[in-house]
This record gives sequence, C-alpha cells and structure tokens, in this order.
Amino acid sequence: MDAITELLKSFPFLLLGAWETLKLTAFSVGIGVILGTFIGMGRLSKVKLINYLCTAYVEFLRGTPLLVQISIVYFGLPQLGIQLAPYPAAITALGLNSGAYIAEIVRAGIQSIPRGQYEASRSLGLTHWQTMRYIILPQAFRNILPALGNEFITLTKDSSLASVIGVSELMRSGQFVISRTFQTFSIYFGIAFIYFLMTFVISRIVRYIERRMATA
Amino acid sequence: MKKFISLLLVGVLLLSISLSFAQSLTEIKKRGKLLVGTEPTFPPFEFVDEKNQVVGFDIDIANELAKRLGVKLEIVNLPFDSLIPALQQGKIDMVIAGMTITEDRAKVVDFSKAYFEANQAIVVRKDGKFEPKKLEELVGKKVAVQLGTTGDLVVSEINGVNVVRFQKFTDAFLELQNGRVDAVILDEAPAKAYVKKFPRFSISAVVGTGETYGIAVKKGNKELLNFVNQTLDILKSSGTYNKLIQKWFE
Repeated sequence: MDAITELLKSFPFLLLGAWETLKLTAFSVGIGVILGTFIGMGRLSKVKLINYLCTAYVEFLRGTPLLVQISIVYFGLPQLGIQLAPYPAAITALGLNSGAYIAEIVRAGIQSIPRGQYEASRSLGLTHWQTMRYIILPQAFRNILPALGNEFITLTKDSSLASVIGVSELMRSGQFVISRTFQTFSIYFGIAFIYFLMTFVISRIVRYIERRMATA
Repeated sequence: MKKFISLLLVGVLLLSISLSFAQSLTEIKKRGKLLVGTEPTFPPFEFVDEKNQVVGFDIDIANELAKRLGVKLEIVNLPFDSLIPALQQGKIDMVIAGMTITEDRAKVVDFSKAYFEANQAIVVRKDGKFEPKKLEELVGKKVAVQLGTTGDLVVSEINGVNVVRFQKFTDAFLELQNGRVDAVILDEAPAKAYVKKFPRFSISAVVGTGETYGIAVKKGNKELLNFVNQTLDILKSSGTYNKLIQKWFE
C-alpha cells in the first residue's frame, strides 16, 4: 500500500520530469529534422564529396550507441575546448543522432517521388533548389510523416539516456523519487506508464495529421 | 550549398562560445556561483526532497562554502561515476558526494581533509539464512553494489566474490529482494535509513574500513583546496559541523 501512496504523492514531481522529457525530445527532433533534411538531400547529391560526407555521417551516427554519443558530447568535447552544460549537451547529442535517422527517412521520401516530376519541374525553368523546396520536399514530407512520427516516439524513449549526464528528465526524476522513498518497483512502473502515455498520445496525433493530409 | 556551410559554421561557433566553466577562486567569484557536483540519490548526504530541492548533509556543507565565498551555490547533479570525469573536464568546481578518499581517486583528483567517517554495511534478507559477519564470508556469493562506490571497491578486492554492479543502490536492493543476489554492500548511513524503512532486510555486519569522505577538487587546484580545508576547520571549531551532524544523522 505504501508503494501506491508514495507513487501518487510523487506523481506531480514525475510529471515535471515528463515535461522535461517532452521538451528535450521536441528540441532534438527539431534539430534532427533540419539536419536530416539537408543530409538526406546530400545523400542523393551528384557531388561526390557531399555525397561521401553525408553517407559517412549517417553510417557513423547510426553505427554507434546513443549512450556513447551522449557521453562523447558531454565528457569528450571539453578536450576540444567545447564546454556544454548537461541540457544543451543532451539536445546536441540527441539532435545529431536523430538527424542521421531522419536523413535516411528523408532520402527514402525524396526517392519515393517519381523522377519525372523533378525533370518536368527543371524543364519548366525552376532551379534545383526551387524544385526541391516547392515540388519534391512537400510531397516527400507527406509520404514520410508516419516514419517521422515513429522517430519522435523512438526519441521520446531514447531521451531517457540523457539521465546519465544529469538531465532531470523523467527517468532521472524517477531515480530521485526512488532514492527518497525507496519504492523501486512502483516508481519504475509509474515512469513506464507515463512514457507509454506520452508515446501513445504522440502516435494518435501523428495518425490524425496523416489522415488530414491524406484528404487534403 | 554555401548558405548551408555558413550555417554550419555559425552553429559550431555558437557551440564553442557556450558557458564559461573554470575553477580558480577569482573566477568562481567573478562567475558569482560555485558549481558543486553531486549525485542526489544518497540520503541523508544528498537527495531530492518533496519540494524538488537537492538537500542533505553534503549540500549544507556546500552552502557554507558558497556563503563564505560570497557566491551562490549551484548544484550540478550527475551520476556518481560521472562526477570525477566532470571535475576533470572543468564542468564543476568540486565534488561533494559522500565520496570516499581512495588512493586511486587521489591519483586523478585532490581531496580535502576528511569531513566524515563512514563504514560499510553488509545488508541481507532478514530470513536468517545468510548472515555474514565478515567480508571474507562473501566468497562464492553474489553481491550487489552501486557502481564506483566504496562498497564496489571493497568487494572487488576479494577474490571469488561475484559482484553485480548497479547505477543506483536501490536497484541493488531490488535485486536482493528478488533473491538474485545474496547481499548488498553500501555505506552505513544510507544502509541504516533503508533498513529502517524496509524491515525485511537487515544489516548483518558493519565493517570498519577506516574510510573517510573528502571533498574533491581538480588536480593541482591548491587555491581552492586550501579554501575548502580552512572552511572545514572553521565549521568544526565553530560548532556548525556538529549541528549539521545532529540535523542529518540523529
């Protein structure tokens, strides 16, 4: 019984942590989408160097654990004179990481638009960038929306790794409550429930937007 | 593409400007705050209370230090095994985290005088089946500890003990409760607090390891170290130290 009362009592505190988690995720996905759009286009570039660099970026960030990347940004970068506080470090690492995944999503999205549209647009006199901006990317975005939603959900959960550098998001807030109340099981269960609630709501929102765009 | 590259450059510049972290006394005063690293999951030394504030014995000492410097105290909360790296990388000015002074740690950081004496407690399930009185009796058993703590160091030195390491000592206790380990080793003060709350565990023995807690500063930072030592002396002679002991341990 003690376990449940302690969980209920600390619930507002955990919700504050959940709010931090949401903010952390939203910032990171924001960075990821911007970065991913450029790198995704770079992956399809005919310029060898850009193509090579973007591919290397994606392969490296997908091929190393996020936990290691977070630790490198927080503990490794000071060696190069770049000092980041825990929160900016977490956003940087999560953003760079999700940028790699989103780049692949964007690349697939661009490739899903028939080549003929690109050629038609260019022959109408639009430049490469105009074609991308007004013709290809808007359509690609609609196609990749479910995949982007997935990425948001994945990142919501992965943001718990930021607890290792002391960002007081949901996971770490839970650890604080556990160290005070010693109610390990019920608090972890409460955290899991809040994570589930967040990802469930996000997936519903994404589905709603998807349907809206399908009819548009 | 040029625009993109210049955007990238601006981004890198912004990153490198960021907050200025440093440790010398004048720099701390100029900054107006003392950055103290701790892992607030170690009551009663440091923990987060119901009002979302980091409090505890160590935090009160940190406050005394900041007060005497005439600056504000800023607690940087980090996992315990990240505290020394953070100190080395200049993320924090000092570590006050119930940290035992050990030879290995003293190689990479400078410790103040001891400010607390702590022993290790062996905690077991209260079914009376296994009640070790000495560390040697743990040979051949599974023992859970908190990663990087003295408990970890102490049992890791004994050959034949199967050590399972956790980020949080509460996870170690969950493992004990679930019967997957035979004992948990941790500092006496938090062990007592835990066992008081959960009578299904008991302390089978308190092992005197002669260990003491110290405040860690970056290697070679004599100025800050002297200040910390002087302040600890003042706290002890003025009676403030005893008041804090009463406040948090009795």
